[in-house]
Amino acid sequence: MGRSPHRARNLIISAAVLLLFVTGCGPQYMVLDPAGPVGREELHLIILSAILVGIVIVPVLILLFYIVWRYRDKPGNTAPYKPKWSESKKLEFVWWGIPIVIVGVLGVFTARTTFALTKPPAESQNVTPITIQVTSLDWKWLFQYPGQGIATVNYAEIPTGVPIQFELTSDAPMNSFWVPQLGGQEYTMPGMAMRLWLEADKAGTYYGHGANFTGEGFAHMNFNVIATSDENFNAWVKQVKASSPALTMAGYDQLKKPSVIGTKSYSSFPSGLFNGTIWADGGQYMPGMMKQTGSSNSTGSGSHGAGNTAGMSGMSGMGNMTGNSSN
Amino acid sequence: MPSSFMQFADKYLMWKEGPMIWGSDVAILLVSIGILFTLTYFHKWKWLWKEWITTVDHKKIGIMYLICALLMMFRGGADAELLRTQLAVPNNHFLTAEHYDQIFTTHGTIMILFMAMPFIFALFNIVVPLQIGARDVAFPYLNAISFWLFFFAAMLFNLSFVFGGSPDASWVSYPPLSELGFDPGPGENYYLLALQITGIGSIATGINFLATIFKMRAPGMKLMRMPLFTWSVVAASVVIIFAFPALAIAIALLTLDRIAGTHFFTILHGGNPMMFVNLFWLWGHPEVYIVVLPAFGVYSEVVATFARKRVFGYGSMVASLMLISVISYFVWAHHFFTMGAGADVNTFFAIASMMVGIPTGVKVFNWLFTMYRGRIRMTLPMLWTIAFVPCFAIGGATGVMLAAAPADYQYHNSYFLIAHFHQVLIGGTVFGLIAGMYYWWPKMFGFKLDERLGRWAFWFFNIGFYVCFMPQYALGFMGMQRRMYTYPANMGWNTLNLISTIGAYIMGIGFVFIVIQVIYSIKHGERDLTGDPWDARTLEWALPSPAPHYNFAVIPTVTDRDVWWEMKEQGRADELKPKEADIRPIHMPKNSSRPFFMGLAFFVAGFGFVFDWLWLGFLGLAGVAVCMIARALEYNDDYHIPAEEVIETEASLGRLS
Repeated sequence: MGRSPHRARNLIISAAVLLLFVTGCGPQYMVLDPAGPVGREELHLIILSAILVGIVIVPVLILLFYIVWRYRDKPGNTAPYKPKWSESKKLEFVWWGIPIVIVGVLGVFTARTTFALTKPPAESQNVTPITIQVTSLDWKWLFQYPGQGIATVNYAEIPTGVPIQFELTSDAPMNSFWVPQLGGQEYTMPGMAMRLWLEADKAGTYYGHGANFTGEGFAHMNFNVIATSDENFNAWVKQVKASSPALTMAGYDQLKKPSVIGTKSYSSFPSGLFNGTIWADGGQYMPGMMKQTGSSNSTGSGSHGAGNTAGMSGMSGMGNMTGNSSN
Repeated sequence: MPSSFMQFADKYLMWKEGPMIWGSDVAILLVSIGILFTLTYFHKWKWLWKEWITTVDHKKIGIMYLICALLMMFRGGADAELLRTQLAVPNNHFLTAEHYDQIFTTHGTIMILFMAMPFIFALFNIVVPLQIGARDVAFPYLNAISFWLFFFAAMLFNLSFVFGGSPDASWVSYPPLSELGFDPGPGENYYLLALQITGIGSIATGINFLATIFKMRAPGMKLMRMPLFTWSVVAASVVIIFAFPALAIAIALLTLDRIAGTHFFTILHGGNPMMFVNLFWLWGHPEVYIVVLPAFGVYSEVVATFARKRVFGYGSMVASLMLISVISYFVWAHHFFTMGAGADVNTFFAIASMMVGIPTGVKVFNWLFTMYRGRIRMTLPMLWTIAFVPCFAIGGATGVMLAAAPADYQYHNSYFLIAHFHQVLIGGTVFGLIAGMYYWWPKMFGFKLDERLGRWAFWFFNIGFYVCFMPQYALGFMGMQRRMYTYPANMGWNTLNLISTIGAYIMGIGFVFIVIQVIYSIKHGERDLTGDPWDARTLEWALPSPAPHYNFAVIPTVTDRDVWWEMKEQGRADELKPKEADIRPIHMPKNSSRPFFMGLAFFVAGFGFVFDWLWLGFLGLAGVAVCMIARALEYNDDYHIPAEEVIETEASLGRLS
């Protein structure tokens, strides 16, 4: 009696394990293997929603197989045949009602998580966050550290246990900044600055990629986010400051041109570059956005002036762009 | 001279792009010559012109839509196979980045606008007037224009593959990527103008069918007696009328940006790409309901017919159709939860998106309970309908998961999303369209499609579907993005991608079986002599297959829902056969060649603007204007079929009572 269900269960488990091995499962399922509070919170919602929709689809599948088997048109089928039976207020009440309840429950949790993720993760509220300004270019990622005064291309280091405020924009077609193990993505858009809170609580190297298509080099727009201890992070900043070249405006204009390159580090970057990019790309039409990006950091010189000059160069950059591609 | 020819060839014929283009050039040339030769050899030009090109008969227009939709399904499917072939192994060099970008752009655009849309219009045209007891649609001439606009737009779009280059900014074509600065080629212009032209036709079709259903129902067919397919057309038409203008505006403004140098969506000079994204999805999301609602209508007809039972919960079914068409306008922002809207906006659109699941779920339960206590016959239309339920249930479930905005931050632009929308669009729409095609095929052509070959097609397509798309959910969780033409070998994505590609090939074999099935059945398919091969329930089955071009010799009076079934039950089926004394001359619209020429003029205009050859563009528009003026001055656009001729036709069909 007790044997066959056991055997069936063992069979199912071993089949599932086998499937996982065959498909090479494990840490590669990045979304299901979060390394920080944001990713974890999103995973909780994913699991909750999967369970809630499961409550509806499992009975549907069972009903379907049962009904099709029971009422198939076979000679000698003894199942009742009631061709005129087509109304039942009670039944319909049930299947209007249950999904409404499920959507209600899921809606509440969705709203809560949505609002929660606009702030730094709750458990690290007492830790001073770090701001990293991210610009997507054709076809590379520029990371500026206004607090540290350094910049990198196609990789970023972050300390663990510290909320990171990513400020995102684009100086090329819009892209989307995604580090699955740390948390979900957000678009980078020209002329706008957007904010994404992420945090790593384990040291490690996390795969990141542009998620929104931006043309030929898009497939190669990946980057690593390297999370390390505070000391290692500070040591890395020092080392970059000491041994890397500076990013100049001319260097940035070069960087902007469509190309696929590897990683780079810079000991400094032109002041006001990030906000200037936003202004140059149309940000002057959304001054509300500019307040958000809070230039309380090293930009110092007042983003208005810097923005205007950078704006000019940005425009000529756009002109170059047009010229290049029509050749 | 030769050097200028070489320049022309390089720029427009894309000779340097390799064997795929040459192969297509040769194939297109051979097929065209083949068609010309066959038509000439069998003296079919006059027949083609008189019977098809100039026709305003809704049934023939429907058949032309269907043929085009199947051809486009082939083109879009071939695109899909190329994409999956490229992704079968990591670091593949089968396609270059540029080709891959073009192919996924055309795959998406063709499948939505040049496959799904004409397919639903095929069913609209073939079924609706027959189902409501009408002789034609409300505006037959406009109906022909709609078809030829779609036809020439599809030609224009497909031409891009061999002349000038295909669009490559994806089917959503977000600026600034789709602006001149980043995408100078003619491909994007092809996209914009082809969509604009077919969009005009679609709006007209929506208006046409809404008017047809509201004004041309047979006496006694109250709204709540209408078959559910007709109701689904009402719902879809309403959505078309409100959604397509948003697309028309979005792409018109983007076209102006590209051709006239305006800056609606450019990042400089005050434009804003978000405006495009909003307008696009204000059409784009309702669009998926436009194509799935008629499929819901098909399932309702098929389930009732093959379970031999009234549809369960008719009132709920109607209410849920209309509810979906309303809610469809409150969900568009879920396509850009991650574009920086506030938490309040995201929450609103998240909950609205989940709410679509409620009426949809209700429909699924009603279909299940239509089968409950019925007698289910496993015909081809029914097989596809049954297969739709689990597929759409899973797709709908992942849809609700996607609607949870913060979770969407992890799914957005990933393969999880790709798997979801293919599951609802194929499992919901394509399964429904194929079921509808099988169901009404005898009504269109007078014979059934072969069951045995159809079952091979069914199993290949369905098994292939799950093999292809289930791994993609997993790939999404593994962080794989959409639209990557290649991926590195060390991500753990290799096996699942290979499995997915194998699934795509299996689906391809399924499609080939449908083609074989159609060709085989033309000769060997079971002939439908009764007009009611499925023992069905609605009015179209009271007519012979195919129906005479005036449909009903005498307009029937409707006394009930499922009126044909009820009459058969009560032994009154013969009452729908006309009596000689009741037959009057029938008022019909005349055929016209103008819709064809108007489509051609739009094509010329579109082609001109694609290459910025303004003189040609305006010449085409002038042609359009001439067609419209000629129509305005036309007075004899109708005629009467004499009663004797109708009596003769009905007698030869053995239908006079």
